[in-house]
Amino acid sequence: MSKPNMQLTKTPVTEQEPLVRARNFKEVCLGYTEEEAINEASRCLNCKNRPCMTGCPVSVRIPEFIEKVREGRFLEAYEIIKSTNNLPAISGRVCPQERQCESKCVRGIKGEPVAIGRLERFVADYAMAHADELKEPAAAEPNGKKVAVIGAGPAGLSCAGDLAKLGYKVTVFEAFHTAGGVLSYGIPEFRLPKAIVQKEIEGLKNVGVEIMTNMVIGKVLSIDEIIEDGYEAVFVGSGAGLPRFMGIEGEALVGVYSANEYLTRINLMKAFMDGYDTPIMRSKAVAVVGGGNVAMDAARSAMRLGAEKVYIVYRRSADELPARREEVHHAKEEGIEFRLLNNPTRILGDEKGNVTGIEVIEMQLGEPDQSGRRSPVPVEGSEHIIDVDTVIIAIGTSPNPLIRSTTPGLEANKRGCLVVDEETNQTTQHGVYAGGDAVTGAATVILAMGAGKKAAASIDEYLKNK
Amino acid sequence: MFKIIQKDQLNDTVVRMVIEAPYIAKKARAGQFIIYRIDEYGERIPLTIADHDSEAGTITIIFQTIGNSTKSLSLLEAGDYILDVVGPLGVATEYGDVKRVAVVGGGVGCAIAYPQAKTLHEMGVEVDVIAGFRSKDIVILEDEMKAVSEGFYLCTDDGSAGYHGFVTDKLKELIDSGREYDEVIAIGPVPMMKFVCKTTEPYGIKTIVSLNPIMVDGTGMCGGCRVTVDGKIRYACVEGPDFDGHKVDFDELMRRNSTYIEQQKDHVCRLTGGKR
Repeated sequence: MSKPNMQLTKTPVTEQEPLVRARNFKEVCLGYTEEEAINEASRCLNCKNRPCMTGCPVSVRIPEFIEKVREGRFLEAYEIIKSTNNLPAISGRVCPQERQCESKCVRGIKGEPVAIGRLERFVADYAMAHADELKEPAAAEPNGKKVAVIGAGPAGLSCAGDLAKLGYKVTVFEAFHTAGGVLSYGIPEFRLPKAIVQKEIEGLKNVGVEIMTNMVIGKVLSIDEIIEDGYEAVFVGSGAGLPRFMGIEGEALVGVYSANEYLTRINLMKAFMDGYDTPIMRSKAVAVVGGGNVAMDAARSAMRLGAEKVYIVYRRSADELPARREEVHHAKEEGIEFRLLNNPTRILGDEKGNVTGIEVIEMQLGEPDQSGRRSPVPVEGSEHIIDVDTVIIAIGTSPNPLIRSTTPGLEANKRGCLVVDEETNQTTQHGVYAGGDAVTGAATVILAMGAGKKAAASIDEYLKNK
Repeated sequence: MFKIIQKDQLNDTVVRMVIEAPYIAKKARAGQFIIYRIDEYGERIPLTIADHDSEAGTITIIFQTIGNSTKSLSLLEAGDYILDVVGPLGVATEYGDVKRVAVVGGGVGCAIAYPQAKTLHEMGVEVDVIAGFRSKDIVILEDEMKAVSEGFYLCTDDGSAGYHGFVTDKLKELIDSGREYDEVIAIGPVPMMKFVCKTTEPYGIKTIVSLNPIMVDGTGMCGGCRVTVDGKIRYACVEGPDFDGHKVDFDELMRRNSTYIEQQKDHVCRLTGGKR
């Protein structure tokens, strides 16, 4: 191996200018050029014990693919990634790498870690652009067994992809009219272009995965009926769909959205594009309540729809913001104002029921709570009003009850999450597996993909021995 | 894609369509709804299932052309296709232990009131139907409603047919004349449902309403359809659309339903190029 490039910082990546991109929905990050990718890849020390891999929920063979990038053999790098990751163009864009692979990178001890996420994205995009040079995916010998997957989000797609590669006949049932789950309805175009999502899904169809849209399982078919129909195993990846509200005064006013509704109107229904019928409010001033990725997505979308002021209202401090670091950074660059240590107390409206403002109380951090985060305590008498015409609530979601309420054999915990065996991801019903947000509550795309993968292996094990 | 098998114009603005949707037809129950998206550019619009035939694999919808999306749908003909239809959504109407029920329908709401009356009638329940319209020329489903009711009371605002007055006046008259109802089911415009509930409340008659808030997904994901019932947030798509009318905050529902009215006035129609 040639001598590593000892540059301390990541090779910079081109991004749209913040004040320009804040008004368009095009992708923020333009990705590495070939030269930039090779330069960044040469920062990898190719450690023998591969610490980065321990941080990856889908066990991408990171040093191996990076070595191929360094050698300019991008399609070979792609084959390595693809052998364990069904959706690399997506995970390369939306993974919280700073908490996963990159957090384990030895280069991060002194300087910045290798930009593994950017490299993964580069390789996936390169492969999409050179699809005709890729080896045709070897169609697996059909083994004659049918498996049903419920939900075409990251967990379900990842599970379906792995099973199809093993020769199973996989049908994915999707409630929406478009596959992708949160990748389609939740994460905005400027962070994850929908054309990329569709291409990844096309790739799965090419290995034999069948996707049936407009099928709300629990309503149009029950899990028991699916099994009666000859599916020998079922994977439930129905996500965490149910939005939470705060229970404060004014949440039913006109101009209060759940982040799910706001983002679905924009991303899935394309309310921001000319020619599409779905309406969305064109707000002047918007308060987004919450500090996660979804809150950042909603705030940055509001800005792109033309809002003059957008606030993130979060009850803890900057250190506790659960969003990816890059999203917070991007949001700030785009002019979003962070009102940290502010907790909403009520939403105010006019006589017509339209939002006119949000009252918040200042908080200070107290002792660490069970989660280890210092819990915020209100500062008495510090209430004040932020003038806004729209409030978006992004404080989390709970698993959708449709499936568990119509499948008697499925047990859920107090939070509504499906109970599964940690080793196998099998639910309390024999032959029915689950993973992703339906099990964990709202988490990340990559953890859902990891769970889908794990369940696919368990399903294969179960059906081989059946 | 979902094929339109049959289309009938019930009055100037109300259309009935029979649509091929075998999976939905197999599971549909009175009170449930579908969401359709006419084409790639369309909104997701909820419509109550007016009838279904599980043998034939069809569902029936009846809708009024009030906005852009229903207007576009009304322009399709038998043999045409709708891109997406999903359902059956919502909870089917649960009927208590009832002997006599008054089903009150207002305008196009009769399209949904009728299957309720029919279901109850088939269960052996005595049904009175009170059907209100603005005037004679927009009356729909009269024969159908008559066929499934003990007493059928047509009301028009202008007196051009049947009883001259509102459904609430007729309902009150019947109750005061000694007609006893175990339950009232009211389906129609929000103000009508509100006033039916106001009418029945003093008599303590349980009143079920079918709500029609703004929705996107219809599976409990967006929260757009939240309504306040008994002081609590409820999601009409997964917990409704039927609720105890005496506990519903109708004024809030009316306000929320008007969210996009102004914006839609400026909407340029894709079909005609004109503004509505």
